[in-house]
Amino acid sequence: MLLLTLLAATAVTIARMRSLLAAVMLTGIYSFLGAGWMLLLDAPDVAFTEAAVGAGVSTVLMLATLALTGSDMKPRGHSPWLPLAAVLVTGAALVYGTMDMPAFGDPNAPIQLYPSPSYVDKTEAEIGVPNVITAVLGSYRGYDTLGETTVIFTAGIAVLLLLRGRHRRVRGDDTPSDGETPR
Amino acid sequence: MTTVTILRVVTKILMPYILLFGLYVQFHGDFGPGGGFQAGVIFAAGIILYALVYGLNSAIRIAPPVVLESLFALGVLIFAGTGVATMLMGGHFLDYNALSPHDPIHGQHWGLMAVEFGVGMAVASGMTLIYFAFAGRERVR
Repeated sequence: MLLLTLLAATAVTIARMRSLLAAVMLTGIYSFLGAGWMLLLDAPDVAFTEAAVGAGVSTVLMLATLALTGSDMKPRGHSPWLPLAAVLVTGAALVYGTMDMPAFGDPNAPIQLYPSPSYVDKTEAEIGVPNVITAVLGSYRGYDTLGETTVIFTAGIAVLLLLRGRHRRVRGDDTPSDGETPR
Repeated sequence: MTTVTILRVVTKILMPYILLFGLYVQFHGDFGPGGGFQAGVIFAAGIILYALVYGLNSAIRIAPPVVLESLFALGVLIFAGTGVATMLMGGHFLDYNALSPHDPIHGQHWGLMAVEFGVGMAVASGMTLIYFAFAGRERVR
């Protein structure tokens, strides 16, 4: 509960923050709190990912972006009421959507009845590894993970092509990059 | 790059433990929490920390982008190649039982180890490459 309160407080602070640098640092803190919360929910795999990607790598990438573009926020040209209303309506719809969901940890929830027990029961005999998540991701759902890895590869190549292509052109022109219009 | 001595010394002390923890998460992933993806990002975070503190050029010297690009593709190839290997040994695609005909459990262990290694390799080199691409650019305005 304390963690959730801190998460909400951090989110509100980020939304109110005018300095982009401070906002990026706070998103790092938000991810770190999120990692702690995942650990409390007995999901250490997700917590690892959240701590390393959310709090670590993506914060650093955002800071690198700020170093390239500048960290001042342009003043808002519109009143905040319309975005606030949109957020409130969407949030209310999401909360309404969770009303008929089973309680957290309910043993009779659909997710606990199928297919979860079959994996938990069969993993020890069929795969022989204690970490059921690894068995499901790597073996039972190996196709999906292969597709996932391919998506990461494709996305990484695309980002590299986008970022590097421009860099090389700038170097080829032999002119300083401040003459270029940023996109 | 920073010239603050405390940051440089603390980074130098922490680096081996971060990388070692990455390897532990990688190879212990089927027994404890974690796996290839988590190990890859921890490993990449270690190298990015090094690049932040010691400068991009030092990091490029220990992890040259040419090598990382090859590892990025090789990781995906290891994953897909494991599937092809299981087919060549008479099983279905990614059916690790075929890797060890006498003891399917061993086959599963080897198969999981191989594909997780591929995922870790691809994720670690991909993350590092993307950081290098960001950090290597010049300010646009």
